[in-house]
Amino acid sequence: MGVRVQREDFDIGAEIAHVSKEGKDVGGIASFVGVVRGGEGPDAISAMTLEHYPGMTEKELGRIEAEALARWPISASLIVHRYGRLVPGDNIVLVVTASRHRRAAFEACEFLVDWLKTKAPFWKNEEASDGERWVAAHGDDDEAAARWNK
Amino acid sequence: MNILYFASIREKIGRAEEDVSPPPAVTDVGKLIEWLKRRGPDYELALGDMRAVRVAVNQEHVRLDHPVHAGDEIALFPPVTGG
Repeated sequence: MGVRVQREDFDIGAEIAHVSKEGKDVGGIASFVGVVRGGEGPDAISAMTLEHYPGMTEKELGRIEAEALARWPISASLIVHRYGRLVPGDNIVLVVTASRHRRAAFEACEFLVDWLKTKAPFWKNEEASDGERWVAAHGDDDEAAARWNK
Repeated sequence: MNILYFASIREKIGRAEEDVSPPPAVTDVGKLIEWLKRRGPDYELALGDMRAVRVAVNQEHVRLDHPVHAGDEIALFPPVTGG
């Protein structure tokens, strides 16, 4: 179990292997990796800078992880989220969940991603050819997070 | 109380944090934001659209009716966009 907030990149394979070893009776591992989108044309971004709220970020991710553990039989989990300046193709976030069976792992992983996107205090500032701008929050993300409120 | 500003709200107000001592009538988050907005046009610009302002008190998300006290750490920021 654990959350990390860091500037450095992460090694996806090594992190998943660690979660696999940490969990008890692990039968399946689900993972999600968020990366900086590239693209072409006028809307293409050249870089993005992730700002966060040191202190609260770690606490909020911990609260979200605790909620997932209360809802699903998870053997081990990990959230790693980067901050600082990133370029297209760079890793942003890694979520790993391990369980005896796949369904709990899949569902808990999706839940963690949906909730961290609407609750963890990070903000993206994108750089493009016409300047920089703060990314607006998506209503879709709120809907995705809200479907877990039951 | 210590107020922290993040992202676009930090840029509009022009500072990342400040210590403030609002009058006793400022008892909750909503009243604190109304009081801050009267401090100048930068605050009005940053906090004018309440739908675009989120608040944490002592590093937990709260609603506008959440009480505020001297010594609290209060953060004002736009909706989050991580992940």
